[in-house]
Amino acid sequence: MCKILAIESSCDETAAAVVIDGVIVKSNVIASQLEIHRRYGGVFPEVASRQHILAISTVIQDALIEARTGWNELDAIAVTYGPGLVGSLLVGVNAAKGIALALDIPLIGINHLEGHLYSNWLKTDKNDPPPVKFPVLTLIVSGGHTELVLVHQHGEYEILGRTIDDAAGEAFDKVARMLEIGFPGGPAVQEAAKTGNPQAYDFPRAWLGNSFDFSFSGLKTAVLRTVQKYTKSNILQHPSMMAMGHQPQAPAKPRLVIPVADIAASFQMAVVDVLVSKAKAAADKYNVSEILLAGGVSANALLRNKMMAACGRPVRAPSLILCTDNAAMIGAAAYWHYKAGHFASWDLDVVTNLELESK
Amino acid sequence: MSPILELNTLDFISHSEAQTLRLGARLGKLLQSGDVLALIGELGTGKTRWVQGVCLGLEVSHRVISPTFTLVNEYRASCPIYHIDLYRLENIAEGMSFGLDEYLYGSGIVLMEWADRALDILPDGYLAIELYHLGDTRRRVVLRPYGTRFQRLINEFKKSTFAK
Repeated sequence: MCKILAIESSCDETAAAVVIDGVIVKSNVIASQLEIHRRYGGVFPEVASRQHILAISTVIQDALIEARTGWNELDAIAVTYGPGLVGSLLVGVNAAKGIALALDIPLIGINHLEGHLYSNWLKTDKNDPPPVKFPVLTLIVSGGHTELVLVHQHGEYEILGRTIDDAAGEAFDKVARMLEIGFPGGPAVQEAAKTGNPQAYDFPRAWLGNSFDFSFSGLKTAVLRTVQKYTKSNILQHPSMMAMGHQPQAPAKPRLVIPVADIAASFQMAVVDVLVSKAKAAADKYNVSEILLAGGVSANALLRNKMMAACGRPVRAPSLILCTDNAAMIGAAAYWHYKAGHFASWDLDVVTNLELESK
Repeated sequence: MSPILELNTLDFISHSEAQTLRLGARLGKLLQSGDVLALIGELGTGKTRWVQGVCLGLEVSHRVISPTFTLVNEYRASCPIYHIDLYRLENIAEGMSFGLDEYLYGSGIVLMEWADRALDILPDGYLAIELYHLGDTRRRVVLRPYGTRFQRLINEFKKSTFAK
Protein backbone atom coordinates (compact mmCIF):
# COMPACT_ATOMS: atom_id res chain seq x y z
CA MET A 1 0.00 0.00 0.00
CA CYS A 2 1.31 3.42 -0.95
CA LYS A 3 0.11 6.52 0.93
CA ILE A 4 0.87 9.82 -0.73
CA LEU A 5 0.27 13.28 0.69
CA ALA A 6 -0.41 15.56 -2.28
CA ILE A 7 -0.34 19.35 -2.32
CA GLU A 8 -1.81 21.65 -4.98
CA SER A 9 -1.55 25.44 -5.00
CA SER A 10 -1.05 26.37 -8.65
CA CYS A 11 -3.87 28.88 -8.85
CA ASP A 12 -6.50 29.97 -6.35
CA GLU A 13 -7.25 26.80 -4.40
CA THR A 14 -5.03 25.68 -1.54
CA ALA A 15 -5.47 21.94 -1.46
CA ALA A 16 -4.05 18.85 0.20
CA ALA A 17 -5.10 15.22 -0.01
CA VAL A 18 -4.07 11.76 1.12
CA VAL A 19 -4.42 9.20 -1.67
CA ILE A 20 -3.79 5.47 -1.46
CA ASP A 21 -2.41 3.58 -4.46
CA GLY A 22 -3.45 6.37 -6.81
CA VAL A 23 -7.15 5.50 -6.60
CA ILE A 24 -8.55 5.78 -3.06
CA VAL A 25 -9.12 9.28 -1.74
CA LYS A 26 -8.68 9.21 2.04
CA SER A 27 -9.06 12.98 2.30
CA ASN A 28 -9.39 15.87 -0.11
CA VAL A 29 -9.25 19.27 1.56
CA ILE A 30 -9.72 22.43 -0.50
CA ALA A 31 -9.56 25.98 0.80
CA SER A 32 -11.13 28.01 -1.96
CA GLN A 33 -10.36 31.66 -2.48
CA LEU A 34 -13.37 32.04 -4.72
CA GLU A 35 -15.10 34.67 -2.60
CA ILE A 36 -11.94 36.74 -2.42
CA HIS A 37 -11.39 36.66 -6.18
CA ARG A 38 -14.99 37.11 -7.21
CA ARG A 39 -14.67 40.88 -7.08
CA TYR A 40 -11.78 40.80 -9.53
CA GLY A 41 -13.69 38.69 -12.03
CA GLY A 42 -10.78 36.28 -11.96
CA VAL A 43 -7.82 35.13 -9.96
CA PHE A 44 -5.50 37.81 -8.72
CA PRO A 45 -1.93 36.52 -8.37
CA GLU A 46 -0.52 38.47 -5.44
CA VAL A 47 -3.71 38.01 -3.43
CA ALA A 48 -3.70 34.29 -4.25
CA SER A 49 -0.13 33.86 -3.10
CA ARG A 50 -0.77 35.52 0.25
CA GLN A 51 -3.89 33.42 0.82
CA HIS A 52 -1.96 30.23 0.09
CA ILE A 53 0.59 31.12 2.75
CA LEU A 54 -2.17 31.70 5.29
CA ALA A 55 -4.01 28.50 4.46
CA ILE A 56 -1.44 25.86 3.61
CA SER A 57 -0.41 24.54 7.05
CA THR A 58 -4.00 24.15 8.21
CA VAL A 59 -5.07 22.55 4.94
CA ILE A 60 -2.27 19.96 5.13
CA GLN A 61 -3.00 19.17 8.78
CA ASP A 62 -6.71 18.83 8.04
CA ALA A 63 -5.96 16.45 5.19
CA LEU A 64 -3.93 14.20 7.50
CA ILE A 65 -6.50 14.32 10.30
CA GLU A 66 -9.38 13.56 7.97
CA ALA A 67 -7.44 10.64 6.51
CA ARG A 68 -6.51 9.47 10.04
CA THR A 69 -2.96 9.35 8.85
CA GLY A 70 0.17 10.14 10.82
CA TRP A 71 3.23 11.80 9.31
CA ASN A 72 5.22 8.59 9.70
CA GLU A 73 2.72 6.59 7.61
CA LEU A 74 3.39 8.63 4.47
CA ASP A 75 5.38 7.07 1.64
CA ALA A 76 5.90 10.18 -0.48
CA ILE A 77 5.00 13.85 -0.88
CA ALA A 78 3.63 15.00 -4.23
CA VAL A 79 3.25 18.60 -5.31
CA THR A 80 2.20 20.59 -8.37
CA TYR A 81 5.23 22.47 -9.75
CA GLY A 82 3.55 23.97 -12.84
CA PRO A 83 1.90 25.35 -14.85
CA GLY A 84 0.37 28.10 -12.77
CA LEU A 85 1.07 31.35 -11.02
CA VAL A 86 4.63 31.62 -9.76
CA GLY A 87 3.82 32.96 -6.30
CA SER A 88 1.13 30.37 -5.79
CA LEU A 89 3.20 27.41 -6.98
CA LEU A 90 6.11 28.40 -4.74
CA VAL A 91 4.02 28.10 -1.59
CA GLY A 92 3.08 24.49 -2.32
CA VAL A 93 6.50 23.42 -3.58
CA ASN A 94 8.31 24.84 -0.57
CA ALA A 95 5.88 23.27 1.88
CA ALA A 96 6.28 19.92 0.13
CA LYS A 97 10.05 20.12 0.15
CA GLY A 98 10.09 20.95 3.85
CA ILE A 99 7.89 17.99 4.71
CA ALA A 100 9.73 15.53 2.47
CA LEU A 101 13.07 16.63 3.87
CA ALA A 102 11.89 16.39 7.47
CA LEU A 103 10.34 12.94 6.96
CA ASP A 104 13.13 11.75 4.68
CA ILE A 105 10.70 10.43 2.06
CA PRO A 106 10.62 10.97 -1.72
CA LEU A 107 9.39 14.21 -3.26
CA ILE A 108 7.40 13.92 -6.51
CA GLY A 109 6.84 16.94 -8.78
CA ILE A 110 3.58 16.75 -10.72
CA ASN A 111 2.37 18.67 -13.75
CA HIS A 112 -1.00 20.23 -12.95
CA LEU A 113 -2.43 19.07 -16.30
CA GLU A 114 -1.30 15.52 -15.62
CA GLY A 115 -3.19 15.80 -12.34
CA HIS A 116 -6.40 16.79 -14.13
CA LEU A 117 -5.95 13.88 -16.48
CA TYR A 118 -5.58 11.45 -13.57
CA SER A 119 -8.64 12.79 -11.75
CA ASN A 120 -10.49 10.13 -13.75
CA TRP A 121 -8.54 7.32 -12.05
CA LEU A 122 -9.90 8.18 -8.60
CA LYS A 123 -12.68 6.08 -7.13
CA THR A 124 -15.80 7.92 -6.13
CA ASP A 125 -18.08 7.09 -3.21
CA LYS A 126 -20.82 5.75 -5.41
CA ASN A 127 -19.14 3.21 -7.58
CA ASP A 128 -15.94 1.52 -8.53
CA PRO A 129 -15.18 2.59 -12.07
CA PRO A 130 -13.66 -0.09 -14.31
CA PRO A 131 -9.94 0.33 -14.84
CA VAL A 132 -8.93 2.67 -17.65
CA LYS A 133 -7.80 0.85 -20.80
CA PHE A 134 -5.19 2.56 -22.97
CA PRO A 135 -5.09 4.31 -25.32
CA VAL A 136 -7.50 6.93 -24.08
CA LEU A 137 -8.27 10.44 -25.22
CA THR A 138 -8.43 13.19 -22.60
CA LEU A 139 -9.99 16.59 -23.07
CA ILE A 140 -8.70 18.98 -20.41
CA VAL A 141 -10.80 22.14 -20.33
CA SER A 142 -10.42 24.80 -17.67
CA GLY A 143 -9.94 28.52 -17.14
CA GLY A 144 -6.35 28.35 -18.24
CA HIS A 145 -6.24 25.30 -20.51
CA THR A 146 -7.88 23.58 -23.45
CA GLU A 147 -5.89 20.49 -24.43
CA LEU A 148 -6.71 17.33 -26.30
CA VAL A 149 -4.29 14.67 -25.11
CA LEU A 150 -3.80 11.12 -26.35
CA VAL A 151 -2.59 8.92 -23.49
CA HIS A 152 -0.77 5.84 -24.76
CA GLN A 153 0.35 4.55 -21.37
CA HIS A 154 0.89 5.91 -17.88
CA GLY A 155 3.15 8.92 -18.32
CA GLU A 156 3.09 8.66 -22.12
CA TYR A 157 1.28 11.65 -23.56
CA GLU A 158 0.77 13.04 -27.02
CA ILE A 159 -0.78 16.50 -27.27
CA LEU A 160 -3.04 16.39 -30.30
CA GLY A 161 -4.35 19.92 -30.04
CA ARG A 162 -4.81 22.91 -27.78
CA THR A 163 -5.98 26.46 -27.85
CA ILE A 164 -4.16 28.93 -30.03
CA ASP A 165 -5.60 31.94 -28.19
CA ASP A 166 -8.17 31.85 -25.36
CA ALA A 167 -8.89 28.83 -23.17
CA ALA A 168 -12.49 27.57 -23.17
CA GLY A 169 -12.97 28.52 -19.52
CA GLU A 170 -11.60 31.97 -20.21
CA ALA A 171 -14.22 32.44 -22.94
CA PHE A 172 -16.90 31.44 -20.41
CA ASP A 173 -15.52 33.99 -17.92
CA LYS A 174 -15.38 36.78 -20.50
CA VAL A 175 -18.85 36.12 -21.85
CA ALA A 176 -20.24 35.99 -18.29
CA ARG A 177 -18.67 39.38 -17.72
CA MET A 178 -20.19 40.81 -20.93
CA LEU A 179 -23.59 39.51 -19.86
CA GLU A 180 -22.99 40.71 -16.30
CA ILE A 181 -23.96 37.39 -14.78
CA GLY A 182 -20.98 36.85 -12.47
CA PHE A 183 -17.79 34.88 -11.87
CA PRO A 184 -16.78 32.12 -12.35
CA GLY A 185 -18.25 32.13 -15.82
CA GLY A 186 -18.80 28.38 -16.30
CA PRO A 187 -21.61 27.85 -13.77
CA ALA A 188 -23.00 31.35 -14.43
CA VAL A 189 -23.39 30.77 -18.19
CA GLN A 190 -24.76 27.28 -17.68
CA GLU A 191 -27.40 28.63 -15.28
CA ALA A 192 -28.33 31.55 -17.56
CA ALA A 193 -28.52 29.23 -20.58
CA LYS A 194 -31.16 26.99 -18.98
CA THR A 195 -34.06 29.09 -20.21
CA GLY A 196 -32.38 30.17 -23.45
CA ASN A 197 -32.65 29.00 -27.03
CA PRO A 198 -29.29 27.57 -28.17
CA GLN A 199 -30.25 28.23 -31.80
CA ALA A 200 -31.15 31.89 -31.24
CA TYR A 201 -27.75 33.08 -32.45
CA ASP A 202 -25.52 31.36 -34.96
CA PHE A 203 -22.18 32.09 -33.33
CA PRO A 204 -19.04 31.07 -35.26
CA ARG A 205 -17.28 27.76 -34.63
CA ALA A 206 -13.55 27.84 -35.33
CA TRP A 207 -12.79 24.50 -36.97
CA LEU A 208 -9.21 25.40 -38.02
CA GLY A 209 -9.24 22.92 -40.88
CA ASN A 210 -8.55 19.37 -39.83
CA SER A 211 -6.39 20.43 -36.93
CA PHE A 212 -7.23 19.41 -33.38
CA ASP A 213 -6.33 22.90 -32.16
CA PHE A 214 -8.95 25.21 -30.70
CA SER A 215 -9.66 28.92 -30.98
CA PHE A 216 -12.25 30.72 -28.91
CA SER A 217 -11.19 34.29 -29.54
CA GLY A 218 -13.43 34.80 -32.60
CA LEU A 219 -16.43 33.38 -30.77
CA LYS A 220 -15.78 35.75 -27.87
CA THR A 221 -15.70 38.69 -30.29
CA ALA A 222 -18.90 37.57 -32.00
CA VAL A 223 -20.69 37.41 -28.66
CA LEU A 224 -19.42 40.86 -27.81
CA ARG A 225 -20.72 42.31 -31.10
CA THR A 226 -24.09 40.77 -30.39
CA VAL A 227 -24.22 42.16 -26.87
CA GLN A 228 -23.21 45.56 -28.20
CA LYS A 229 -26.13 45.61 -30.60
CA TYR A 230 -28.24 45.91 -27.50
CA THR A 231 -26.08 48.21 -25.45
CA LYS A 232 -24.43 50.86 -27.58
CA SER A 233 -22.82 51.82 -30.85
CA ASN A 234 -19.77 49.70 -31.52
CA ILE A 235 -17.45 52.66 -31.99
CA LEU A 236 -15.49 52.89 -28.80
CA GLN A 237 -13.75 56.07 -27.85
CA HIS A 238 -10.20 55.89 -26.66
CA PRO A 239 -9.14 58.44 -23.99
CA SER A 240 -6.26 59.78 -26.09
CA MET A 241 -8.59 60.44 -29.01
CA MET A 242 -11.08 62.14 -26.75
CA ALA A 243 -8.30 64.32 -25.38
CA MET A 244 -7.47 65.38 -28.90
CA GLY A 245 -10.91 66.75 -29.45
CA HIS A 246 -12.52 63.78 -31.13
CA GLN A 247 -16.22 63.71 -30.66
CA PRO A 248 -18.02 60.41 -30.36
CA GLN A 249 -18.67 59.36 -33.95
CA ALA A 250 -22.12 58.05 -33.27
CA PRO A 251 -24.57 58.98 -30.56
CA ALA A 252 -25.08 56.27 -27.97
CA LYS A 253 -28.18 54.27 -28.71
CA PRO A 254 -30.65 53.76 -25.91
CA ARG A 255 -29.80 50.63 -23.97
CA LEU A 256 -32.04 47.70 -24.86
CA VAL A 257 -32.66 44.61 -22.77
CA ILE A 258 -30.00 42.01 -23.55
CA PRO A 259 -31.46 38.55 -24.24
CA VAL A 260 -29.05 37.02 -21.75
CA ALA A 261 -30.50 33.50 -21.75
CA ASP A 262 -30.48 33.15 -25.54
CA ILE A 263 -26.96 34.53 -25.89
CA ALA A 264 -25.64 32.34 -23.05
CA ALA A 265 -27.31 29.24 -24.53
CA SER A 266 -26.09 29.92 -28.07
CA PHE A 267 -22.56 30.65 -26.86
CA GLN A 268 -22.46 27.53 -24.72
CA MET A 269 -23.68 25.45 -27.66
CA ALA A 270 -20.95 26.88 -29.91
CA VAL A 271 -18.20 25.98 -27.41
CA VAL A 272 -19.60 22.51 -26.80
CA ASP A 273 -20.06 21.85 -30.54
CA VAL A 274 -16.38 22.46 -31.20
CA LEU A 275 -15.12 20.56 -28.15
CA VAL A 276 -17.31 17.54 -28.92
CA SER A 277 -16.64 17.47 -32.68
CA LYS A 278 -12.89 17.65 -32.27
CA ALA A 279 -12.83 15.09 -29.47
CA LYS A 280 -14.97 12.74 -31.56
CA ALA A 281 -12.74 13.15 -34.62
CA ALA A 282 -9.63 12.49 -32.54
CA ALA A 283 -11.22 9.51 -30.78
CA ASP A 284 -12.14 8.00 -34.15
CA LYS A 285 -8.77 8.69 -35.72
CA TYR A 286 -6.79 7.08 -32.90
CA ASN A 287 -9.45 4.50 -32.09
CA VAL A 288 -9.26 5.08 -28.35
CA SER A 289 -11.08 2.84 -25.90
CA GLU A 290 -12.70 5.77 -24.13
CA ILE A 291 -12.79 9.52 -23.70
CA LEU A 292 -11.93 11.19 -20.42
CA LEU A 293 -13.04 14.71 -19.55
CA ALA A 294 -11.18 16.78 -16.99
CA GLY A 295 -10.82 20.33 -15.71
CA GLY A 296 -13.34 22.89 -14.45
CA VAL A 297 -15.28 23.18 -17.73
CA SER A 298 -15.83 19.42 -17.74
CA ALA A 299 -18.38 20.07 -14.99
CA ASN A 300 -20.58 21.56 -17.72
CA ALA A 301 -23.64 19.36 -18.13
CA LEU A 302 -24.19 20.11 -21.82
CA LEU A 303 -20.59 19.15 -22.60
CA ARG A 304 -20.94 15.85 -20.74
CA ASN A 305 -24.27 14.98 -22.34
CA LYS A 306 -23.29 15.91 -25.89
CA MET A 307 -19.99 14.08 -25.59
CA MET A 308 -21.70 10.91 -24.41
CA ALA A 309 -24.37 11.15 -27.10
CA ALA A 310 -22.02 11.93 -29.98
CA CYS A 311 -18.90 9.87 -29.50
CA GLY A 312 -20.15 6.30 -29.57
CA ARG A 313 -17.69 5.12 -26.95
CA PRO A 314 -17.49 5.36 -23.18
CA VAL A 315 -17.05 8.85 -21.79
CA ARG A 316 -15.74 9.31 -18.28
CA ALA A 317 -15.78 12.52 -16.29
CA PRO A 318 -14.70 13.07 -12.69
CA SER A 319 -17.18 13.87 -9.93
CA LEU A 320 -17.76 17.61 -9.75
CA ILE A 321 -15.45 18.15 -6.78
CA LEU A 322 -12.60 16.56 -8.75
CA CYS A 323 -13.20 18.68 -11.89
CA THR A 324 -11.93 21.89 -10.38
CA ASP A 325 -8.47 22.17 -8.87
CA ASN A 326 -7.82 19.70 -6.06
CA ALA A 327 -4.93 17.75 -4.57
CA ALA A 328 -6.41 14.25 -4.83
CA MET A 329 -5.78 14.29 -8.58
CA ILE A 330 -2.15 15.21 -7.90
CA GLY A 331 -1.91 12.21 -5.59
CA ALA A 332 -3.44 10.02 -8.30
CA ALA A 333 -0.88 11.09 -10.89
CA ALA A 334 1.95 10.85 -8.37
CA TYR A 335 1.31 7.17 -7.68
CA TRP A 336 2.42 6.15 -11.16
CA HIS A 337 5.55 8.24 -10.87
CA TYR A 338 6.19 6.69 -7.46
CA LYS A 339 6.01 3.20 -8.98
CA ALA A 340 8.32 4.26 -11.80
CA GLY A 341 10.77 5.86 -9.37
CA HIS A 342 10.43 9.36 -10.84
CA PHE A 343 11.50 11.40 -7.83
CA ALA A 344 12.34 15.09 -7.76
CA SER A 345 15.58 16.39 -6.36
CA TRP A 346 15.76 19.11 -3.71
CA ASP A 347 16.28 21.76 -6.36
CA LEU A 348 12.79 21.18 -7.82
CA ASP A 349 11.71 24.58 -9.09
CA VAL A 350 8.35 25.89 -10.20
CA VAL A 351 7.73 26.17 -13.96
CA THR A 352 4.92 28.60 -14.70
CA ASN A 353 4.42 27.58 -18.34
CA LEU A 354 5.15 23.88 -17.91
CA GLU A 355 3.94 21.78 -20.83
CA LEU A 356 2.56 18.28 -20.59
CA GLU A 357 5.40 15.95 -21.55
CA SER A 358 6.06 12.25 -21.49
CA LYS A 359 8.50 11.03 -18.88
CA MET B 1 -6.90 67.42 -35.69
CA SER B 2 -6.82 63.94 -37.03
CA PRO B 3 -4.28 61.42 -35.73
CA ILE B 4 -3.05 60.94 -39.28
CA LEU B 5 -1.68 64.48 -39.31
CA GLU B 6 0.29 64.02 -36.14
CA LEU B 7 4.02 63.84 -36.56
CA ASN B 8 5.25 60.25 -36.45
CA THR B 9 1.89 58.75 -35.74
CA LEU B 10 1.05 55.95 -38.09
CA ASP B 11 -2.58 55.31 -38.92
CA PHE B 12 -3.57 52.45 -41.22
CA ILE B 13 -5.95 49.58 -41.72
CA SER B 14 -5.22 45.91 -41.30
CA HIS B 15 -7.54 43.86 -43.47
CA SER B 16 -7.01 40.45 -41.95
CA GLU B 17 -5.53 38.50 -39.07
CA ALA B 18 -2.81 37.29 -41.41
CA GLN B 19 -1.86 40.87 -42.23
CA THR B 20 -1.87 41.75 -38.54
CA LEU B 21 0.54 38.88 -37.87
CA ARG B 22 2.87 40.03 -40.66
CA LEU B 23 2.85 43.65 -39.50
CA GLY B 24 3.42 42.54 -35.93
CA ALA B 25 6.37 40.42 -36.98
CA ARG B 26 7.95 43.42 -38.78
CA LEU B 27 7.51 45.49 -35.64
CA GLY B 28 8.86 42.72 -33.43
CA LYS B 29 12.12 42.61 -35.38
CA LEU B 30 12.80 46.23 -34.40
CA LEU B 31 12.34 45.76 -30.66
CA GLN B 32 15.08 45.58 -28.07
CA SER B 33 15.23 44.88 -24.35
CA GLY B 34 13.52 47.51 -22.22
CA ASP B 35 10.91 48.35 -24.88
CA VAL B 36 7.27 48.69 -23.91
CA LEU B 37 4.32 48.21 -26.28
CA ALA B 38 0.95 49.33 -24.95
CA LEU B 39 -1.97 47.66 -26.72
CA ILE B 40 -5.23 49.52 -26.42
CA GLY B 41 -8.55 48.44 -27.85
CA GLU B 42 -11.76 46.81 -26.80
CA LEU B 43 -12.38 43.05 -26.65
CA GLY B 44 -11.96 41.36 -29.98
CA THR B 45 -9.98 44.06 -31.78
CA GLY B 46 -6.92 41.84 -32.13
CA LYS B 47 -4.60 42.71 -29.26
CA THR B 48 -3.47 39.15 -28.72
CA ARG B 49 -3.02 38.71 -32.52
CA TRP B 50 -0.67 41.71 -32.53
CA VAL B 51 1.31 40.22 -29.68
CA GLN B 52 1.48 36.91 -31.55
CA GLY B 53 2.84 38.76 -34.58
CA VAL B 54 5.39 40.70 -32.56
CA CYS B 55 6.53 37.47 -30.94
CA LEU B 56 6.98 35.91 -34.39
CA GLY B 57 9.34 38.76 -35.18
CA LEU B 58 11.14 38.26 -31.87
CA GLU B 59 11.50 34.57 -32.71
CA VAL B 60 9.69 33.35 -29.62
CA SER B 61 9.38 29.58 -29.93
CA HIS B 62 6.88 29.17 -27.09
CA ARG B 63 3.16 29.22 -27.85
CA VAL B 64 1.79 32.75 -27.40
CA ILE B 65 -1.74 32.74 -25.96
CA SER B 66 -3.96 35.06 -24.00
CA PRO B 67 -2.60 35.79 -20.51
CA THR B 68 -5.97 36.92 -19.17
CA PHE B 69 -6.07 34.06 -16.71
CA THR B 70 -2.53 34.38 -15.40
CA LEU B 71 -2.06 38.16 -15.99
CA VAL B 72 1.51 37.58 -17.18
CA ASN B 73 2.95 35.07 -19.65
CA GLU B 74 6.72 35.00 -19.84
CA TYR B 75 8.46 33.92 -23.03
CA ARG B 76 12.13 33.44 -23.75
CA ALA B 77 13.82 35.03 -26.74
CA SER B 78 17.05 37.03 -26.90
CA CYS B 79 15.72 38.70 -23.74
CA PRO B 80 12.75 37.91 -21.50
CA ILE B 81 9.39 38.89 -22.98
CA TYR B 82 6.53 39.70 -20.65
CA HIS B 83 3.08 39.37 -22.19
CA ILE B 84 0.80 41.13 -19.73
CA ASP B 85 -2.98 41.47 -19.75
CA LEU B 86 -4.68 44.04 -17.55
CA TYR B 87 -8.20 43.06 -18.58
CA ARG B 88 -9.15 42.09 -15.05
CA LEU B 89 -7.43 45.03 -13.40
CA GLU B 90 -9.69 47.47 -11.62
CA ASN B 91 -7.10 50.05 -10.69
CA ILE B 92 -3.40 50.80 -10.72
CA ALA B 93 -2.92 49.85 -7.07
CA GLU B 94 -3.84 46.28 -7.95
CA GLY B 95 -1.32 46.33 -10.76
CA MET B 96 1.39 47.61 -8.47
CA SER B 97 0.64 44.83 -6.01
CA PHE B 98 1.61 42.21 -8.57
CA GLY B 99 4.77 44.04 -9.49
CA LEU B 100 3.64 45.69 -12.72
CA ASP B 101 6.24 48.43 -12.30
CA GLU B 102 9.02 45.87 -12.02
CA TYR B 103 8.12 44.52 -15.46
CA LEU B 104 7.77 48.00 -16.96
CA TYR B 105 11.11 49.24 -15.68
CA GLY B 106 13.01 45.96 -15.98
CA SER B 107 15.23 44.70 -18.78
CA GLY B 108 12.71 42.59 -20.67
CA ILE B 109 10.35 43.54 -23.47
CA VAL B 110 6.85 44.30 -22.22
CA LEU B 111 3.83 43.65 -24.46
CA MET B 112 0.85 44.91 -22.49
CA GLU B 113 -2.79 44.35 -23.41
CA TRP B 114 -5.42 46.72 -21.98
CA ALA B 115 -2.61 49.18 -21.21
CA ASP B 116 -5.13 52.03 -21.03
CA ARG B 117 -5.81 50.77 -17.51
CA ALA B 118 -2.28 51.68 -16.45
CA LEU B 119 -1.41 54.78 -18.52
CA ASP B 120 -0.29 56.63 -15.39
CA ILE B 121 2.53 54.26 -14.61
CA LEU B 122 3.87 53.66 -18.11
CA PRO B 123 7.44 54.87 -18.64
CA ASP B 124 8.04 58.09 -20.63
CA GLY B 125 8.99 56.12 -23.69
CA TYR B 126 6.61 53.53 -25.12
CA LEU B 127 4.69 52.69 -28.26
CA ALA B 128 0.91 52.71 -28.09
CA ILE B 129 -0.91 50.42 -30.51
CA GLU B 130 -4.54 51.48 -30.65
CA LEU B 131 -6.97 49.13 -32.32
CA TYR B 132 -10.46 49.90 -33.56
CA HIS B 133 -13.01 47.49 -34.96
CA LEU B 134 -14.09 48.46 -38.52
CA GLY B 135 -15.55 45.26 -39.92
CA ASP B 136 -15.40 41.52 -39.71
CA THR B 137 -11.63 41.23 -39.96
CA ARG B 138 -10.78 44.88 -40.66
CA ARG B 139 -9.16 46.91 -37.92
CA ARG B 140 -7.97 50.49 -37.83
CA VAL B 141 -4.50 50.57 -36.30
CA VAL B 142 -2.93 53.68 -34.81
CA LEU B 143 0.72 53.44 -33.78
CA ARG B 144 1.47 56.34 -31.46
CA PRO B 145 5.07 56.71 -30.28
CA TYR B 146 6.03 58.36 -27.00
CA GLY B 147 9.66 59.41 -26.54
CA THR B 148 12.43 59.69 -29.12
CA ARG B 149 13.34 55.98 -29.16
CA PHE B 150 9.87 55.08 -30.35
CA GLN B 151 9.62 57.96 -32.81
CA ARG B 152 12.74 56.59 -34.48
CA LEU B 153 11.33 53.09 -34.30
CA ILE B 154 8.12 54.16 -36.01
CA ASN B 155 10.10 55.77 -38.83
CA GLU B 156 12.05 52.57 -39.29
CA PHE B 157 8.85 50.56 -39.21
CA LYS B 158 7.31 52.86 -41.83
CA LYS B 159 10.29 52.38 -44.12
CA SER B 160 10.45 48.62 -43.69
CA THR B 161 6.74 48.14 -44.10
CA PHE B 162 5.26 50.76 -46.39
CA ALA B 163 8.16 51.96 -48.55
CA LYS B 164 8.53 50.39 -51.94
